[in-house]
Amino acid sequence: MTLPPLPQSAIVIAAQAADWRAAVTLAGDALARSGAARPGYSGEMIRMIEEHGPYVVIAPGLALAHARPGPDVLAEGLSIVTLATPVNFGHPYNDPVRVILGLAVTSSSEHLAAVAAVANVFNDSTAISDLAAATSVEEVLAIMGVS
Amino acid sequence: MKIVTICGAGIGSSGILKVNAERVLRKLDISAEVVAADIASVREVAADAQVILTSAEFVDAIGKTNASVIVIENYFDTAELTTKLETALGS
Repeated sequence: MTLPPLPQSAIVIAAQAADWRAAVTLAGDALARSGAARPGYSGEMIRMIEEHGPYVVIAPGLALAHARPGPDVLAEGLSIVTLATPVNFGHPYNDPVRVILGLAVTSSSEHLAAVAAVANVFNDSTAISDLAAATSVEEVLAIMGVS
Repeated sequence: MKIVTICGAGIGSSGILKVNAERVLRKLDISAEVVAADIASVREVAADAQVILTSAEFVDAIGKTNASVIVIENYFDTAELTTKLETALGS
């Protein structure tokens, strides 16, 4: 089980975001920078939340932004954005959000290995607060287990 | 036994729920098929399921079903998953 590619260009630390849409857009921009997605992918991730609600906030302080595989996904990839100031997504239990993971996958069948690797990292209950407090890209990569 | 995890896209969040549910079921020594699906296909996929795992946002859209619908708050908290699955499965 290995994480989807998480290059340094896909990591943003202590970003400023006015609201959840801006925060998700930063995660999409990071996926575009790393070559995993086209710029339109941010809008698709936002539409998923507009359509279905803030269910992507799957743990206290963490949003897993993602959309379906499609033409805006170029390659499997992960991005990480930490926020200087947390934003609310309107989630009943897990607001406010300080860490946004952006996930792009090319097919439903291949994605389970990728999310299993993500689950491995975050089943450690300190991972989210450690990421939120990280001050360097190297620190984020170490928490994610990427060497 | 069949357990279905539901999210908006059928990837990502429902995938994480599937992976962690499988881990918990292995520890509980319960054998079950766990399927990740999107909300649009819930009626078809969950027709023969005993349990549906999902977020609060999808409970209304899932609607009437013979399966027990369990809302998971923290997808990474295997202790929460364990307690709620044990309760639903009566073990």
